[in-house]
Order: sequence, then structure tokens, then C-alpha cells
Amino acid sequence: MSDTQLDTSAAKKAFHAEDRGYSVSVGTPTFRIAMVVFALLVVGLIVAPGFVGRSGIRDLMQIMLLIGLAQCWNLLAGYGGLISVGQQAFVGLGAYFMFYCIIYVGMDPLIAVIAATVGGAIISVPIGLLTFRMQGAYFAVMTWVVAEVFRILASIYPGLGGGTGTGLPRAATSEMFGIEATATLFDMRSSSAREVVIYWAMLAAMLIVVFGSYWMLRSRRGLALMAIKDDEVAAESVGVDITRSKFIVYIFAGAGAALFGALYHLQKGGIDPNSAFSVIDWTAYVIFIVVIGGLGTVMGPIVGAIVFVLLQNYLSDFGPWYLMILGGLAIVMMLFAPQGLWGIFTERTGIELFPTRRRLSHTDGKDRQ
Amino acid sequence: MSYVNTIIQGILLGGLYALYASGLSLIFGVMRLVNLAHGDFIVLAAYTILALSSFLLLPPVLAFLLAAPFLFALGWALQRFILNRTVQSNLLVPLLVTFGLQIIVQNGLLEAFSADSVRIQLGPIETASFTVGGISLGVMPAITFVAALVVIGGLNLLFYRTALGRRLRATSDSPVFAQIVGINPRTVFAIAMGISFVVIAVAGFFMGARANFDPSVGPARLLFAFEAVVIGGLGSLWGTLAGGIILGVAQELGATISPQYQVLTGHLVFLILILIRPNGLFSKQ
Repeated sequence: MSDTQLDTSAAKKAFHAEDRGYSVSVGTPTFRIAMVVFALLVVGLIVAPGFVGRSGIRDLMQIMLLIGLAQCWNLLAGYGGLISVGQQAFVGLGAYFMFYCIIYVGMDPLIAVIAATVGGAIISVPIGLLTFRMQGAYFAVMTWVVAEVFRILASIYPGLGGGTGTGLPRAATSEMFGIEATATLFDMRSSSAREVVIYWAMLAAMLIVVFGSYWMLRSRRGLALMAIKDDEVAAESVGVDITRSKFIVYIFAGAGAALFGALYHLQKGGIDPNSAFSVIDWTAYVIFIVVIGGLGTVMGPIVGAIVFVLLQNYLSDFGPWYLMILGGLAIVMMLFAPQGLWGIFTERTGIELFPTRRRLSHTDGKDRQ
Repeated sequence: MSYVNTIIQGILLGGLYALYASGLSLIFGVMRLVNLAHGDFIVLAAYTILALSSFLLLPPVLAFLLAAPFLFALGWALQRFILNRTVQSNLLVPLLVTFGLQIIVQNGLLEAFSADSVRIQLGPIETASFTVGGISLGVMPAITFVAALVVIGGLNLLFYRTALGRRLRATSDSPVFAQIVGINPRTVFAIAMGISFVVIAVAGFFMGARANFDPSVGPARLLFAFEAVVIGGLGSLWGTLAGGIILGVAQELGATISPQYQVLTGHLVFLILILIRPNGLFSKQ
């Protein structure tokens, strides 16, 4: 992968060497400031278990979970043009892989989470080969059919409790890697320490997915994806391998969904087919988050997830009304403000925190370096 | 003999799936829209019929006749005021709007009718049966199958024998050229969605009479409808009937292994057929 990076920087140097008086850049001054702020924020999040209470940690975990899932879906739909309504397949499979690895292979839970992520990436290849036979709206429904197949298979498979599901054995989670050290560090009971360890894992997972997708978008592959997003036919005509680019995004999103599915169910400590493969929890919410926050931007899903959790805290008492309001809000956004909240913000202020566009700037013939 | 019996039950079940599917097939044919809320609208239709028959103390068949024009109006309005805004845009907008509608309809029904499962009661006809060549057939499944034949035959007549059908086909071929000859595609789209909703009303009636339902069963109906359309081949209504029958037979055969395998077998047969014939069995393309 590093050769693609070399490629871009080599291309940039060639550009400068010709001394045309222009330079191409992706970063903006705001981006560099933002990175400093983000670094501070991440440090804050790492030490948060020391001063935020248990419910605060849970809220943060939920936001991070949704940001991760939304980022994966955003990459699929916003950049790959792949509208999937079946990402719950990977969430559920990741969770089931992890449970299998813990209960039957005896892995440490955190190792099992990694194994589930790898498993998600591997299984997304045959699933993709199948679903990619259909395009557009038909692809969308195909992904849903596949997710249903896995849900039913999980409810038939007796090894992990069938339709009623199963729980993690206490021994497996209480001896999890890092619990003892955390318990001593914060002077807390091992059940709280377990949650803190999962919290850190969730934080790491979110950072990997957010910065991983951002890195991918800034790379050569990202340029190809943005070309596809603008015009598939034109992109193909200049040599972009469309299917390959889309497949890479699909695998990334599948692995990401499996990772968060595993982490969520590790925290929950139990699993059952209907909630692990829930289209509402793992796809509808996630789609609404991306649409409300802003599709096709890295910040959109982050904003959307925070708004979603805030709304949920205020409105979840209303039960079905909450979901109707959410669905209605997503429709209104889609029809009248498809760029989402973050898109509106960027339009008004010109601020882009995770810039992905190449900008051409005039340097008056003077070489800046 | 038992396999013959199973296959015949499957064919009759296929009639119901063809009813689910022809409304979906119709609007895909005319405006290339996949309505992700299709299954939930079928459930909405079933609840509407049920509510009308219990509040007005009408027999369900009369309630259906009352509900059909109401559903036509609902479909027309949905297209006219919401979905027509999405026809110009890329794929994402109509898909996500119908996905949002699905959540709204499902939760609206949950709020209005609770999660308890209900059924459209038709009286003794529900359990009546007759025997043909030693095989016992339910009267209701047989009527459902005949209804599917009538609906699909009627839609074909509408498409190929009427002035409205000509406008529908012209708009389907090219909205731009249709406009040149004086057709307003948006009006045609709204009418098409209205017709689709009448078919949805028929589907809802037979779904509600066949088995218990609750607000959450919509997505499964969408998937069955979708599978029947794709197996049959896009743009062919009789193909949709064939697709429904294949799906119904597959499910009934799967159910002989274990009830859990019924839906799974249907999905798996669908996926295998996709691998063999991605364009469906009777595609016109």
C-alpha cells in the first residue's frame, strides 16, 4: 500500500518540478489546526474513564459504535455508490464469529474481536461476489436477502443457542486481557474494569475506521472513488477499475461492521439472532445518521451520530414516535438538504475538517519549496 | 403423492407471492423505482381492511372494496407529493426515502394497532377445501391464486389494450419522449403508483386472510415480492407469476424438512437462480 502513497507524492513532485506555477494540495490550514484539536480530544477520550462515570462511558461507547458503523456505510454509499441495506449481516456475523472463537476456540475476547474482523473481511468476498451481480436498487435488496439468510442460519445453528441466543461464560470475560491492570490503575472492581477495557478497544476501533477511511480517501484509491462518485462512465474511461475499487470499499465496510458488531456484543455479553442481525439497529439507524449528518464527508457521520444520540436521549421515551420522527427527518433531509447538517455547515462557513478534494492553487510561477 | 401435494400447495402459495410482487414489478417497470416500503404498505392495506370491517361492521370483502380507492389515493398522493421529487435524482434518494417511509409506516402501525398479531376473519370459507384428483385444496389458497391470475391478466390488458396503458408504456420507455407527445410523466407516475396501491390492497387482503400478521411482517413481504420479480425477470408480469410460483414451491418443499427451513429454502433457491440467470427467467431485456 505504501507504493500508492509514493506514487502520489512522486506525482506531486513532478508537478512542482515542471514549475508551472500551480501546486496541488489536499490539506488546508484548518485541517492542520483540527488535527491538533483531534489529538487533544483523543487524549481526553483515553483518560476519560478516570473521571467520567459509568453511564458517561456507556454513552461514549454508543456514540463511538455509531460513528464507526456510520463511517463504514458512508464509505459504501457516499464514495462507492453501493447502497447496502444489509450491513447487519456483517454486524451479526462479526458477533457470532467472536462468540464462537471465545466459547469453542478459547481465545481471549480481544483476540476474538480481531479474529471476527478478519472473518468479516474474508466472508465479505463471497458475499460481494454474489451481491455484485445486481446493481443499484437491486443490489440494495440483495444485501438484505443475504443478511436474512445469515439471520435464519444463526437461529438454526444450535451451537450458539439457536433462536434464543446465548451469553458469554463469565470466566471468559473476567479473565480478559488488560482487566487486572486496569482495575489496579483506576482502583475499580473487575466488572467496571472490563467495561473500560472494551471502551478503549471501541475507541481504538473508531479511530482506525475513521482515519483508515480518511487515509483511503486521500490515497490514489480515494481519488478513484471520488471519480466514480462523480461519474462512473467517465471514471472508467480514464482507466479507473470500478469493480475493484468498489470491492475494496465493500470489504473494508464489511470488516468494519464485523469489528463493531463484535465489540458491541462483547460489551453486551449476550447474543441472539434477531438483535445481532437487526435491520433497524444496524442499518436503518446508521443510514439515518449518515443522511442527517451528511453523506460523502468524513465529518458527516460523526456529526450525525452525536445528533442521533442526543435525540435518542430526549425522544426515546416516545417509543415508535421517535422512530417515525427520525424516519421523517431523514426523508426531509434527503429531499431538501441532501448534503446533510455538516454539508450545510461547510457551505455556510467554508470549513472542511477532513478535506479530501485536491485543490489547485496559484503560486505565481515561484516554487514554494 | 405427498410431494405432488406439497408442490401444488407451493404453486398456490406462489399466487400470493405473485400478488405481493406485481405491484412492485409495475412501478419498477414504469419508473425504475424500487419501493423499499412495498411490504409495509401491504401490511398497512391489511390493517386498513381490518379496521374498516371492524369499525363499520362490514364483511371484509366490502371493507376491501372501500379500502381500494382509499389506497389508490394514498399511492397517488405519495408519488405526487413525495416520490416525484426523487425521480430526477440519483439512485440514492428514492431508495433512502422509501426506506424512511418503511420505518414510518411500520412504527405508525405499531402505534395505532399495537404489536399483537391479528387476522382478517372470513368465517367458514377459511377452512373449506375441495378435492381434485385425490389432492385436497384449500378454497382460500385457490381463490388467492385465481386472484393473482386476474390481477396480472388485468394489468396486462391495462398495459397493452388501453390508452392509459400506452401512456404508461411510453413513459416507461422514455419520459423525455413521452413529454414531447404531450404526456406529463409525473401525472403518469402518480397514476401508476395508485394502481400499484390497488394491487397492494388485493395483496393485503389475501395476506391478512391467510395468516396472522403484525406491524413487523412487512420487510419479509418485500423480500418475497422482490425475489419473485427478479426470478421471473424484470418487466415481465407473467414472469413475476412464474417467479412467485418457484418461490412458493421452494418454500413449501423446505418446510417439509422443518418449518425453520421454509423461508431459508426460498432465499437459497433465489440466490442460486441469481447465480445461474442474473437476468431472470423471462426477462425482456
